[in-house]
Amino acid sequence: MLPLVPEEIVIISAFAVLLADFALVRRKSLPIRTAVVGLFSCLGCLIAMIWMARYQSYGNSTMLALNPLTQFLKMVLLTLTMIVMVLSFGARFSRHVGEYFALLLLAAAGLMLLISSENLLVIFIALEMLSIPLYILSAFNKSSPASAEAGLKYFLFGSITAAFTLFGISLLYGLTGDLQLSSIAAKLRTQPIEPVFYVALVMTLVGFAFKVAAAPFHFWAPDVYQGAPTPVACFIASASKVGSFFVLARILLTGFGPWQGSAVWEGLRAGWMPLLAVLAVLSIVAGNIAALVQTSVKRLLAYSAIAHAGYALLAFFGNSQQMLPALFFYVITYSLTVLGAFAVVAVVENSGSPDKISEWAGLSRRAPLLSACMFVFMLSLAGIPPLSGFFGKFYLFTAAAGGMPHLGMLWLVVVAVGASAISLYYYLQVLKQIYTAEPPSGSKIFHAPAAALLPILFLAAIVIAFGCAPGWLLGKLSIVLNSSSF
Amino acid sequence: MLAWTIYISFLGAAALVLLPAENRRAARFTALLTALAGLVVGLTGAVQYERQTPSGDVVDLVHASWIPDLGIHYHLAADGVSITLVLLTGIAAVAGVLFSWNIQQRTKEFFALYFALIGGVYGVFLSFDLFLLFVFYEIAIIPKYFLIASWGSTRREYGAMKLALYSFVGSAMVLVGLIAAYVVSGAHTFDLLELAKHSFPAPFQHWAFLLVFVGFAVLAGLWPFHTWAPTGHVAAPTAASMLLAGVVMKLGAYGALRVAMTLFPDGLRYWQNEIALLAVIGIVYGGTVALVQRDIKFVIGYSSVSHMGFVLLGLMTLTQIGLIGAVLQMFSHGIVAGLLFAVVGRMIYDRTHTRDLGELQPMNLNALAPFAMVTFVIAGAASMGLPGFSGFIAELQVLAGAWSVFPRLTILAGAGILVGIAFMLRVWIKAFFAENDTPKQAVHLEPTTLPERAGAFLLLGTTVLIGLCPGLLLNLISPTLHSALFQPLLKGGLP
Repeated sequence: MLPLVPEEIVIISAFAVLLADFALVRRKSLPIRTAVVGLFSCLGCLIAMIWMARYQSYGNSTMLALNPLTQFLKMVLLTLTMIVMVLSFGARFSRHVGEYFALLLLAAAGLMLLISSENLLVIFIALEMLSIPLYILSAFNKSSPASAEAGLKYFLFGSITAAFTLFGISLLYGLTGDLQLSSIAAKLRTQPIEPVFYVALVMTLVGFAFKVAAAPFHFWAPDVYQGAPTPVACFIASASKVGSFFVLARILLTGFGPWQGSAVWEGLRAGWMPLLAVLAVLSIVAGNIAALVQTSVKRLLAYSAIAHAGYALLAFFGNSQQMLPALFFYVITYSLTVLGAFAVVAVVENSGSPDKISEWAGLSRRAPLLSACMFVFMLSLAGIPPLSGFFGKFYLFTAAAGGMPHLGMLWLVVVAVGASAISLYYYLQVLKQIYTAEPPSGSKIFHAPAAALLPILFLAAIVIAFGCAPGWLLGKLSIVLNSSSF
Repeated sequence: MLAWTIYISFLGAAALVLLPAENRRAARFTALLTALAGLVVGLTGAVQYERQTPSGDVVDLVHASWIPDLGIHYHLAADGVSITLVLLTGIAAVAGVLFSWNIQQRTKEFFALYFALIGGVYGVFLSFDLFLLFVFYEIAIIPKYFLIASWGSTRREYGAMKLALYSFVGSAMVLVGLIAAYVVSGAHTFDLLELAKHSFPAPFQHWAFLLVFVGFAVLAGLWPFHTWAPTGHVAAPTAASMLLAGVVMKLGAYGALRVAMTLFPDGLRYWQNEIALLAVIGIVYGGTVALVQRDIKFVIGYSSVSHMGFVLLGLMTLTQIGLIGAVLQMFSHGIVAGLLFAVVGRMIYDRTHTRDLGELQPMNLNALAPFAMVTFVIAGAASMGLPGFSGFIAELQVLAGAWSVFPRLTILAGAGILVGIAFMLRVWIKAFFAENDTPKQAVHLEPTTLPERAGAFLLLGTTVLIGLCPGLLLNLISPTLHSALFQPLLKGGLP
């Protein structure tokens, strides 16, 4: 068994946080408790990261893999989690701060385990370890019926799709007698493909399509993004998405590698590629079109997240050198961007405005710095250079167009590029309110709390930096990918 | 050297953002300084280029690896065509600042967006890596939107969004074409000069050319994709209309020439006749619609469609003289349309608060605003293509080139010039020289200010200078169009 010390550190700090809240600061005021408990949680993540950086050993067991790639992604996930925690400092939706941070830490531990697992059973367990805290967190704002609805919706969709996935896994086990991804692939190569394989494939993919919010398994996303406490929505939209995309890639490429089929125009063959192509087209089209008519910023971000999940799926059609760097670059930069956008929403919400787009009128005159950051995030999501969203999309599209011979997947790129052109409309709607509309009379300048503003500025700087000089992240990704077997 | 035009503009934009909001004077002077610095750098670079590179070849300015994973380089370079357009941008930028001197509301933000746009435009003209060119092309879209939506007039939000979406859809078409070219070439590079050496298979060229050409030509006002132009021009504030007509439409034409035509010469020859037909339809249609407009800005907006039709027609001739005419027409139209928009937007609309010919008719503008009248009449004459102005030489060359390739279309285009004279005469008569029975109204218009005069003289001087000594620009343009890069283009056409 490999040492999973970082995961253990995170889990231990979850309990430590509960204890600290209970024993040390229970009688203090809410802001102090939030600060103390939040700092404890961040400390736990930091220790886990330092441990990974200094002592991590690599290796493979039958169920788990520890290599530079998993370590790099765990670092990314812990960073995202810490940003979410810092953003939670200003939130006032619950008195149960100890439980809140402990659940976040547990979800992070689930994600870390998910990254390392190479066995379908472990993947399923890790997925549940991630999901269950998130169901609870979505419903954490007890004073808001929308939050309860979000939690229930997330739970119902999540558990049903998880059941499908479990069913798919059991079929796979029945067919191959194995749960190890690499041995499943090896057995698939030798035996003829039976129709029930395809049932297993579709069933298994359902759970992951749900996790990454790809259409038609996206119906939970708008309600959860809108109803859940904003920092929780941040976590679901960013860290949880990175982890889910990673494990989706691992299952498809390692486990189902021989079954890829083809989604080339006029050359369809059964396998996971046509399935992903359908998911991608549906997500891109449904997400972008539904986003056009949204009046709430959070719902708009939710539908845009569905569209972005569709774009990210394009990476799977790339060739083996470009597929993973394109996917990870895109998913990581997207997470940072959407985290920033949600953080701005949270600050504006805390200042007293609901998240209706019309309430953002003239924000640039009330909070110039915050508006400038939102400008960066929105344009990055729209794919405007020189921001990271542009290069991410460009790389995805190039990879997908070049993946199959004779521009086989160009049709999908055309769909994605066209939809992305339309998406500019709704991102500009938000920015138009912020920059062009007149602020309501009597509105005052408001100052964002430093705990929120600093991470937002940091994220905006990163979004710009990764857009202007994507080489750094790409280089890092290619180093870790080359030194890890995927 | 020339690369600094880009950096100066973006630095100027950044400096403007950091200025205190109350200090409008500082914002204006920073803006003027930035624009002038860009123009001076452009002029110096042009003189240098003309001295050192009589062959008209492409000269590298910066060439560094940027994103090695995809073979993307930060490659800035220049040749006679791009330098001509850099000069145009410099002049238009200075004039635009001068004509925006009266912007009171959020002055520094206005100029910051203005220079973000200008920087993007300079960048497009100087990029020789397709990825980089595309980056600058897209950077130019967003400031346009905000300039129009925040500071514009008639139906500004509609006009701004229409323009932004047309540009973005056009650039999406370009993006698909570029990615496809990158993949098909297999050369692992986005460098224009490298890709131009690659001969793409003919069936691929047929659709890729159409995609990229039309994608760019949307911005050049190619009929029937021109509809953003009149609404956008009308909605935009004065300086933004000047830039839209003066520079942004040239981005489209330049992209079509630099990217679509250079990369896909076979596709070009395949579609040559059809596009020439669209260009001529644009010339005649734009002029005819301009003939019946009531709003002067709509007249000029449609006239832009008509004049850009000459640029596209010139490009499609694939003859030496036609291409030279097209590039010269880009320059000439940029100056003249900018001037017309400046007179209408700044000198007339800002003072009378109307651009409606019916309302202007009883005002006796020739007495109230003599400077505006004189400027508009001269600019109108330049727009008609009268000898002595830059437009004359440009349109003459385009028609001469077209005559040998599409004789029938050329006759139609010639008729388009007559329509151009007609709509301009109509505006002159209605706006300035109407005979009124009504007694002169006791309206007093604010006198012309110094910045306006300076801007008007700058633009008028340029068009007259080029009209009288076209050699100044032809020495830049002509050797480049004879250079190796453009040879594959001209092989198919008549000499």
